[in-house]
Amino acid sequence: MLSLAGVCAGYGSLRALFDVSLDVKEREAVGVIGPNGAGKTTLMRVISGLIPLSQGEMTFDGVSLPGLPAHRIVTHGIAHIPENRRLFPRLTVEENLRIGAFIPQARRHFADRLAWVYDFFPRLKERRSQPAGTLSGGEQQMCAIGRALMSRPRLLLMDEPSAGLAPLLVRQVFELVGRIRAEGFTVLIVEQNVQQILDVVDRAYLLEVGSIKLSGTSAQLKHNELIRKAYMGL
Amino acid sequence: MDIFLLEAVINGLLLGGVLALLALGLNLIFGVIDVVWIAYADLVMCGMYAVFWLYSGLGWPLPLAFLAAIAIVAVLGVLVHVLIIAPILGSAPINQLLATGGLLYFLQSFATLVFGTDFRNIGVRLPIIEVGDLFISFARLIAFVVALIGAVALYFFLRRTYIGTAIRAIAQDRDIMGLMGVDQRRIYLVTSAIGGALAGLGACLLALQYDVHPFIGNTFGPLIFMVCVLGGLGNMIGGFVASFIVSQIISIGGYYSSVELSYVMAFTLFIVLMFIRPRGILAP
Amino acid sequence: MSARIALLGIAALVALPLVTPGYFLHLLIQALLWGFIYTAWALMGRFGFVSLGHGAFMGVGAYVPALLWNYEGLTPWIGIPLAVALSVLLAVVVGYPCFRLRVVGHYFALVTLALGQVVLLTIVAARDITGGSLGMTQKAVGHSWYALQFPEKGYFYIIALLLWLGGLLVWRWIDTGIGREALEAISEDEEAAAAIGIDVTREKLRVTLISAALTGLGGAFFGQYLMYLNPETVSGIGVSLQIVFAAIAGGMYAMLGPTVGAFFTLALTEGLRVWFGANFVGAANTIYGVLLILFVIFMPRGIAGLIEAGWRRNRAVTAMRQRSTPAA
Repeated sequence: MLSLAGVCAGYGSLRALFDVSLDVKEREAVGVIGPNGAGKTTLMRVISGLIPLSQGEMTFDGVSLPGLPAHRIVTHGIAHIPENRRLFPRLTVEENLRIGAFIPQARRHFADRLAWVYDFFPRLKERRSQPAGTLSGGEQQMCAIGRALMSRPRLLLMDEPSAGLAPLLVRQVFELVGRIRAEGFTVLIVEQNVQQILDVVDRAYLLEVGSIKLSGTSAQLKHNELIRKAYMGL
Repeated sequence: MDIFLLEAVINGLLLGGVLALLALGLNLIFGVIDVVWIAYADLVMCGMYAVFWLYSGLGWPLPLAFLAAIAIVAVLGVLVHVLIIAPILGSAPINQLLATGGLLYFLQSFATLVFGTDFRNIGVRLPIIEVGDLFISFARLIAFVVALIGAVALYFFLRRTYIGTAIRAIAQDRDIMGLMGVDQRRIYLVTSAIGGALAGLGACLLALQYDVHPFIGNTFGPLIFMVCVLGGLGNMIGGFVASFIVSQIISIGGYYSSVELSYVMAFTLFIVLMFIRPRGILAP
Repeated sequence: MSARIALLGIAALVALPLVTPGYFLHLLIQALLWGFIYTAWALMGRFGFVSLGHGAFMGVGAYVPALLWNYEGLTPWIGIPLAVALSVLLAVVVGYPCFRLRVVGHYFALVTLALGQVVLLTIVAARDITGGSLGMTQKAVGHSWYALQFPEKGYFYIIALLLWLGGLLVWRWIDTGIGREALEAISEDEEAAAAIGIDVTREKLRVTLISAALTGLGGAFFGQYLMYLNPETVSGIGVSLQIVFAAIAGGMYAMLGPTVGAFFTLALTEGLRVWFGANFVGAANTIYGVLLILFVIFMPRGIAGLIEAGWRRNRAVTAMRQRSTPAA
């Protein structure tokens, strides 16, 4: 479904990604793990079109992505939940969800979609008229995910969904990811929390200092010496 | 209460209506695009000339002239954004201020070139209504009502439509709008058009009450800025409220002394308030 | 520049009135006076403290001596210093709270805009003594040192020349002092500058007061020369924007930039007047407006700036950065 080959990108003269290649197949859940500053967020932003790539290829269902502006990439079915949620704080929960359905193909089915998201996240329905900035961390995460789902994406990009959340909430978030998977969505998740993410995804890539160092199934990675020592404290 | 004072208060209220409308336009543009159109009042001036030219010059029926004027200034707003603002979106805010300052110069002198410096009036005489002992200008009353309708319409537009919600959203978090499938540039264009349309509407309402001349923008332009800054730049509700406060100061001040002095009072108060609450009196 | 060339240059400048026809001298005097005022504005403007209200200081500077002369017979020798003091006072009253409370950027520009308007409106409101929008003329007494009135242009030429040179000296003085680096640091990043110990308020206030004083001085002599004052020509938003435009067009980062701007705008006005005749009132300003926009978009550093500015500014800031310790 999604395929990156030899992707290089950065910010001005600062290069952040070097020759990154990965792919995500339909209905898979793939993780990208690595330390802070490895380039994980940059990777997400390159895929969703917020940052241009300087080299390499990127295709989604055969459509070549580089050069497309972010708002067009959304119409192809990729939704990106940014780091730190980035909800619109003074808009209500429902208004945030509405914005998620901005693209024409989502607008047409807004009512249905909204109902579905509320079904999935009953808590959001309770809080529908509250400004998003007043929600708790976990609720904000739900709202951010719900907002992304409103555009009927085929691929969901999640940037550190557990960031800034208490451990109990972290577990809830990963349960959520599991539920989303069960609904048939394809997910690419970037995470620092290695232990939990490997329980949720099928495969993962290790990104360090802008390059892919390792890849494999989650089972393989869980038993990998390097990963166990460096990232799981074992 | 002294009947003339009451009249002044009511007039102040009515005056506040159009001021509020214009403040909404300026705040909208600032809140979304983060630029202050120094020449905003001069767009209004253009709208007034448009009404004058279409109605008195070409003989169009007044309602049509009004609608056309609103459309013209809306287009003008888009042009301002495309030709002047967009190229310097990334520059220091001062550059943007100066560019629109250049526009102010240009519009005022261009108007002088085309229409001369004489005061023009569309010559529509609306009656003065008598309510008990009070005399109220019907034109001013209509202006107030229409301005309020405009404000309410804007409110519903921003609340209920997708684009309106997107406009409110972009003011809160610009960078991720692309992720929502929203084309930033399109939002800017729509915002500029609405800002222009509001200026055009204000122009129509002012044309009913006042003469137009090329430099009329200098009389209420700084007033609008003041109102917006008082309410907090970008804060639509703040600007709305501040409009009425300022218009009351001017109206009541004008009752006790001369018109210019009332303006002086308003501006001086503004400067003072800036020091007490730099972010605007209604800032959080 | 060797001393001999400088001396020759000065001698030539001083002797100029003897060989210049009256009309050109008139233009030259205006160019120098405006150049002086634009330079005064740019003293602040170049550091990003953009005032859209310098018309206030010019207006005060022009009207105060004129009013005192007309109504009290007070010599401009006292009237002008009073006017300058008043301009400075105005700058303090508005500037101090602004800088203290970190009113910057848009807010500062709009406050100065309001200030300019306040002065204009006050002048118009006091129409009984100032003549309002119709303007006023000083009581003419012919050639008089006491009244600082000289029908012969040569005298004003020298005055204008001295003022202009004085303005350049002040610019130089600020440039070579530690003040300049502090101001550049402030314009780069106010917070960081404060963090390394710069008294932001004091520095900003200092340059503002100097700018206001000089502008007031320029306004005063402008009034004395023209012998006619009108609120729209010496105060208000129109004049304020004119000052900004000319300084930027000429290049506000270079010492001679604002002067270039003065000559440029004057030449433009005159050229257009000659070309279009009196029929096209407003043509000059129309072009100014377009030019300002174009300058801001394509040449933010102005004409003179194309040549010199960026290099010097970067050098000083880099030196400042290297010298300062990183904020903890």
